[in-house]
Amino acid sequence: MESYIFVRMSGRKRITIELFRADTNSNLALPYADEGIQAGFPNPAQDYLDLCLDLNKELVTNPPATFYGRVRGDSLVDADVLEGDVLIVDKSLTPLEGDLVVVFIDGDFTLKFIHKDNEVIWLIPANSKYNPIKVTKENDFMVWGVVTYTIRDNRKRKRR
Amino acid sequence: MFLLVDCNNFFASCERVFNPALQNKPIVVLSNNDGCVIARSNEAKKIVKMGDPYFKIKDILQENEVIIFSSNYSLYGDMSRRVMLTLATFVKDLEVYSIDEAFLDLEGFDKHYDLTDYARKIIRITTKNTGIPVSGGIAATKTLAKVANKYAKRYKGYKGICLLDTDTKIQKALKLFEIGDVWGIGYKYDKKLQRYGIKTAWDFINKPESWIRTQMGVVGVRTWKELQGIRCFNLELPHSKKSICTSRSFPIEITDFEILYEAIANFAASCGRKLREQKTCAGTVTVFIHSNFFRDDLSPFYQTRSLQLPVASNASSELIIAAKTILKGIYQKGYAFKKAGVIVSELIKEDEVQGNLFYRIDREREQRLYKVLDMLNRKIAPDALKLAVQGNGKKWALSRKYLSRRYTTSWDDLIEIK
Repeated sequence: MESYIFVRMSGRKRITIELFRADTNSNLALPYADEGIQAGFPNPAQDYLDLCLDLNKELVTNPPATFYGRVRGDSLVDADVLEGDVLIVDKSLTPLEGDLVVVFIDGDFTLKFIHKDNEVIWLIPANSKYNPIKVTKENDFMVWGVVTYTIRDNRKRKRR
Repeated sequence: MFLLVDCNNFFASCERVFNPALQNKPIVVLSNNDGCVIARSNEAKKIVKMGDPYFKIKDILQENEVIIFSSNYSLYGDMSRRVMLTLATFVKDLEVYSIDEAFLDLEGFDKHYDLTDYARKIIRITTKNTGIPVSGGIAATKTLAKVANKYAKRYKGYKGICLLDTDTKIQKALKLFEIGDVWGIGYKYDKKLQRYGIKTAWDFINKPESWIRTQMGVVGVRTWKELQGIRCFNLELPHSKKSICTSRSFPIEITDFEILYEAIANFAASCGRKLREQKTCAGTVTVFIHSNFFRDDLSPFYQTRSLQLPVASNASSELIIAAKTILKGIYQKGYAFKKAGVIVSELIKEDEVQGNLFYRIDREREQRLYKVLDMLNRKIAPDALKLAVQGNGKKWALSRKYLSRRYTTSWDDLIEIK
């Protein structure tokens, strides 16, 4: 039987409750119940424990095609993508206009927003220090994958 | 029909996924210990041969600007898993035949699909998911599917998939197919058959069955039948392994007992971990050691012995004790050892272990200990926590000078993107 961790939140507003159970397997399963918890009473949420929130299921739709990357540099600061963030990259997706993409261009991986203007592909940074890159036939260019999510360690406990 | 899917130059392709600048450049991957060439990109195939010892070809590699990698099995293993996961979504049954090959059962698919189109879709999506180029061969038997796959690789016109379905196509394919390239015909039989004037797979199947049987036994007959479209091999679906072996060649020759013991202890611990992963226990432990067969100036030495455990076990400590007992018995002073290994066999399920009245180890406590140890090692790093006898491996551990990062299995090794 898994252990339960009760997390109660309170504030100016009354916040409804969350009840979490951490699955010890590779999947991170977080069951939740949408009833409040009151100390001393039988847990009315017990019946709802089959409802699970699994981040892997939510964030990784195509597991064999999903890779992780690490952001380096500041070319996307204005889009709030910062050094050290983890990128969830799906290699199987075809990029759509405005997608954040990992591309390989002339020997380097780079992270940019993709923009198609007629038949011309542009790679757009989000930092005024850098200029958009126009992809021409001379470039050795491929879209490596589409970034579906970015993850940040808000407490910066691990420096990577 | 069977579809054999095979990754093209798999190890080199894995390195290229995370280093696309290596596209069209010659790459070789070296064996454990950076001993010899075990994989080549197409470009490198013209430059060096499989199995070439690294020290002999160093200069040739440098002259031709060949990019060298040590084998990165964490990466290859994970990329293989991704390929197989993708393939598994297309069929009901598949047999993972090796790290880079799988047989897929296409029985009945021809009623609803054009087989070639369907197989092309499979390989297209596999490549899209993983970045690994793959190709496939379709035929009625596994051996013919292997033949078809070779053609798919050899000629671009097939667009990755070759289908051998009619007698005319099969005949044409076999007439051009060298006998030594047939699945199941080893180097020895190749030589022998050549002597009898059998050069191609077509020559081979035109010999009478009785002749094949006398020359090659029942194994040869199976290959002979399979090449004619008569199925002798079915898909082998996953089952637990019957034995587990961990062995290594050493970068240096080891004469000292203590160093050899440290290596053996690590191999035994690794067997223990693998046993615990598949929830089995081993009844027998075997240790083998041998000297450098490639040195003409020293007499070769090979020694192996097994030991029955009082109670089947998967505890590293018990396996190590058994391995040490064996090693003491077979070790001989004065020899230089180049390779050693531990094999555990007579595997049974963890929860079906027969107890022993006179056996005093507290099994439950031991299991709790290894549960914690395995959990920590998974979380932190392989062998972050280990038994003291395993030492630091400095004296015997692999040299892996050209190792790439563990891009897909370690948070510290992710691709970095600017």
